[in-house]
Amino acid sequence: MADLRNNFVGIKSPNPFWLASAPPTDKAYNVERAFKAGWGGVVWKTLGEEGPPVVNVNGPRYGAIWGADRRLLGLNNIELITDRDLYTNLREMKQVKMNWPDRALIASIMVPCEENAWKSILPLVEETGADGIELNFGCPHGMSERGMGAAVGQVPEYIEMVVRWCKQYTRMPVITKLTPNITDVRKPARAAKSGGTDAVSLINTINSITSVNLDTFSPEPSIDGKGSHGGYCGPAVKPIALNMVAEIARDPETYGLPISGIGGITTWRDAAEFLVLGAGNVQVCTAAMTYGFKIVEEMITGLSAWMDTKGHRTLDDICGRAVPNVSDWQYLNLNYIAKARIDQDACIKCGRCHIACEDTSHQAITQYVDGKRHFEVMEDECVGCNLCVNVCPVQDCITMVGLEPGVLDERTGKTVDPNYANWTTHPNNPMARQAAE
Amino acid sequence: MGTTETGILSGRLSPVEYERNFSDLHPPLDEHEALVASDRCYFCYDAPCMTACPTSIDIPLFIRQISTGNPIGSANTIFDQNILGGMCARVCPTETLCEQACVRNEAEHRPVEIGRLQRYATDIAMRENRQFYQRAEPTGKSIAVIGAGPAGLACAHRLAVKGHDVVIYDAREKAGGLNEYGIATYKAVDDFAQAEVDYVLAIGGIEIRNNQMLGRDFSLSDLLSKHDAVFLGLGLAGVNALRAEGETAEGVEDAVDFIAALRQSATKADIAIGRRVVVLGGGMTAVDAAVQAKLLGAEEVTICYRRGKEHMNASEFEQDLAAAKGVTIRHWLQPKRIIARDGKVAGIELDYTSITDGRLTTTGETGVLTADHVLKAIGQTFEADGLGIITLQSGRIVVDAEGRTSLDRVWAGGDCVLGGEDLTVSAVAQGRDAAESINHVLAAASQPAVAVA
Repeated sequence: MADLRNNFVGIKSPNPFWLASAPPTDKAYNVERAFKAGWGGVVWKTLGEEGPPVVNVNGPRYGAIWGADRRLLGLNNIELITDRDLYTNLREMKQVKMNWPDRALIASIMVPCEENAWKSILPLVEETGADGIELNFGCPHGMSERGMGAAVGQVPEYIEMVVRWCKQYTRMPVITKLTPNITDVRKPARAAKSGGTDAVSLINTINSITSVNLDTFSPEPSIDGKGSHGGYCGPAVKPIALNMVAEIARDPETYGLPISGIGGITTWRDAAEFLVLGAGNVQVCTAAMTYGFKIVEEMITGLSAWMDTKGHRTLDDICGRAVPNVSDWQYLNLNYIAKARIDQDACIKCGRCHIACEDTSHQAITQYVDGKRHFEVMEDECVGCNLCVNVCPVQDCITMVGLEPGVLDERTGKTVDPNYANWTTHPNNPMARQAAE
Repeated sequence: MGTTETGILSGRLSPVEYERNFSDLHPPLDEHEALVASDRCYFCYDAPCMTACPTSIDIPLFIRQISTGNPIGSANTIFDQNILGGMCARVCPTETLCEQACVRNEAEHRPVEIGRLQRYATDIAMRENRQFYQRAEPTGKSIAVIGAGPAGLACAHRLAVKGHDVVIYDAREKAGGLNEYGIATYKAVDDFAQAEVDYVLAIGGIEIRNNQMLGRDFSLSDLLSKHDAVFLGLGLAGVNALRAEGETAEGVEDAVDFIAALRQSATKADIAIGRRVVVLGGGMTAVDAAVQAKLLGAEEVTICYRRGKEHMNASEFEQDLAAAKGVTIRHWLQPKRIIARDGKVAGIELDYTSITDGRLTTTGETGVLTADHVLKAIGQTFEADGLGIITLQSGRIVVDAEGRTSLDRVWAGGDCVLGGEDLTVSAVAQGRDAAESINHVLAAASQPAVAVA
C-alpha cells in the first residue's frame, strides 16, 4: 500500500489532497465535514482585515459550462472573500485545528497592500494554531478593484514586497497563491521567491464570462440584468494550470520552489498529473462543489492503486517526475515519426476520424475500401497529427504508433533517422543557417 | 384481467383498464430526457442511420438541433425529407431501420433513441403548428392522388409545395389510410393520424374527397381527363383467404378489420373479443391484433405462425412486445380446419409444419387449440379493379425508379407497388419521390419549345 502522507513545506497531512480556499472552507461546519470525509487539509476561505466584512451579491454567484449529459466542465464565480466576521473565523479555525491535529489547516489572507495591515492580522492567525498562510494574490474580481487579490498578483514588485512583510512578521510557512491572469507566470513566481516565500500555489481562477443570456443579453451569472467577469475554474482550466505549474517547476530561477497545484483537479489522475509535473500537493475545489466531499475517497484510493501498480512507495517517488520531459518546441525531436493506427475490431464506424481528417487536416483516412464503409489510415498521407485520436469516441480505438528507426516513412519516402534532430539545427531554420555560416 | 366468460364479448374490462391498456406505448420524451438522449449521438459522418432511413432524414443534424435547444429547427430537418415524420416516429420499426444502423450498437448494444427523439421534435412543431413550407407560384396544373394514406399524403404535400393543385380521392370516411385504420391504437393515441392529416393539409392547395372509390365512383380515365397527372397510392385493400374448412364460422375475423374497428372506437369497451383468441400470421398485423386482443381482456391469446421465429415479418421488438403483454407465439403451425359448434368458432385444428427440401410441408401431425375467436392476419392483397391496362406483376403495380407506371401520366407508390416494403416510411418516400418526378415532367412539358435551327 502506497504511503500518501504529505509533507509540504513542513506542513504535514495524511494525504496530498487539500481543499482550496473557497466556499467549501468558509466555516467550521463545512471543514469538519471535509475532514470527516478524509481530506488531508484545507485552506480556509480567505480572511480579510478586521472590521465590517465584505458583502456579496445577493443574486447568483456562479456561472457554468457543461459537456454531454450536463456534466459540469467549467464554473465561474463572482463571490468575494469570506463575508463573515474575522474573529468568528479565527475562533472556528482554532477549534477545528484542535479537533483535527493531524490535518493541515492553512489560513488564506487578503488585506490591503499596506505593511500595517499584514503586520496586524498575522499574529491573530498565528494564534489559531494554523499550520501556514496562503497569500491570496489571485482573486480576479471585486477585491482586485480595491487594490487587492489579482491587482497585487499582477505586479511582481508588490508580490515580493508583501511576501517579505509576511516572512518578517510570522513564523508560519508562507504560500503565495498566483493568478493566471498574467502573461508569464514565471515573473510573479520569481518575485514571490525573491520575497522569501516558502511555496507558491496556482492557479487561482481565470477572468471569464461563461455565457450570455440570449433573451436578456446579460452575461451570466446575471445580477438584475448585468453581469461581471468572474473567476473560472473546474475541469476546463486544468490544461492551463498544468502548463503554469510546469513552467515554474522547470524555470531555473524557481527550480525546487515547492508548488501546491490547483486547477480543475477532479480525479486521482488529474492530481497525479499535477504531482508529476512538480506540485508537492494539490488543492481541489470545483470537484467537491460538484459532487460533495466524498470524492476524496476516489482520489485517495485511485492514487494509491496507481502508485502500487507502478511500484511507487511515497509521494517523493512521483513528484516532479515529468518535469525533465517538459521541453520547448524547438528542442522536440523532428526525426520522431508517428502514424495513426485504427483498431478495426474496436472501430464503430462513426466516420468522425475520416471527416475530421478530410475536411480539416490531411486527407489521410479512407471512408470506403472495396465499396465498404471502412476507415483506415493512409500512411503515405498521415502526418501523425493525432486529431483522429482526439475526435474518436472510442477510447484506444485509434492510437499513435511511432515508426522504428530505419523504417520507411511512406509520406516522405525517407527512412526514419535514428538520430535526434531539432529545429535549432534544421536547414529550414534561418537562424540555424546564420549560425552555420 | 377481465371476465373469463367464453364467447366474443365487449366490455370485458373496466373503463380504467381500457384507458390504461390503450395509452401511449412509448410515452413521449420530456425535455430533459430528450437532451440526455440526444447527447448520445456521435454526429457520425455519412451516418449509417441516415442511409438506413427510407426517407433519408438527416438524423445526426436533427438530433444535434435537439441537443442545442432547437427542436423547431430539428422538426424542419425531419419534415424536409418526411412530412409524416410524426407518424413514422411512432410506427417505424426503428429497431430494423435507423436504430439498427446506429454505431452505438457496436460498442454498447444500445442505439441512440432516434425514433423517440424524432417524435420529440415533431410533436413540438406540430403542437405549435409551425409550418415550414410555402407554396410556390401556382402552376395551374392539377394532380389527382388516389388514396389518402402515407404515400398519397406525402405525394400531395410535395406537389402542393411545388405550386400544383391536388385532389385526393379516398375510399374511406377519413383520410390517413393505414395510419388511421391500420396502426395499433397504442402507437397513435390522441387521434394523432387526423392531427397529422390536418398538419399536412395546412400547406393549402390539397382537397380531399372521401368515400370515393376507384372503379365504383370514378374511373382512371375520368381522372386522366380532368387532371394533368395521377398518383396511385391505393394501398392493399384485400386480404388473403384462409382456404381452410370452417372459415365462415362466426368468430373468424380479419385482423385488419379488427384493428380498424379498434382505432375508430373511442372507449374500446364496445369492441368485442373472445376469451381464447388465436391469431393466424407472423407479421406486424398479427402482433398488433394479438397484443390488442390481450389488452381488450382476452384470457388467452396465441399467435400461430406456419414457419419459424426467424421467418416472422414482425420485428424482434414486436415479438418481445407481444410476449411481454402475455401473448403466446407458436411456430410451425398451419391452420387446417376451424372447428365450429352451432355455427360459432369453438377451436382450430392445426397441422404441424416443417421445411423439407426448401419447401414448407405438413408433417402429418396435428393439434387442436380451443378458441372462440380467430383473427386472420395472413397477408393483404392488392385489389387492382379499375386500373385497366397498367402493368402488374405478382399482383402489384410495376413502377420505375421514379414511381412511373406503364401508363403515361400515372405514377404509383406505397404498398400497392411491386417491391413495396409494407412500411409507412417507405410509402412516404415513394410518394414524395413520385411528386418530384411528376413535377419534373409537368415542368418540362410547360417549357416553351426551343426552336431548332
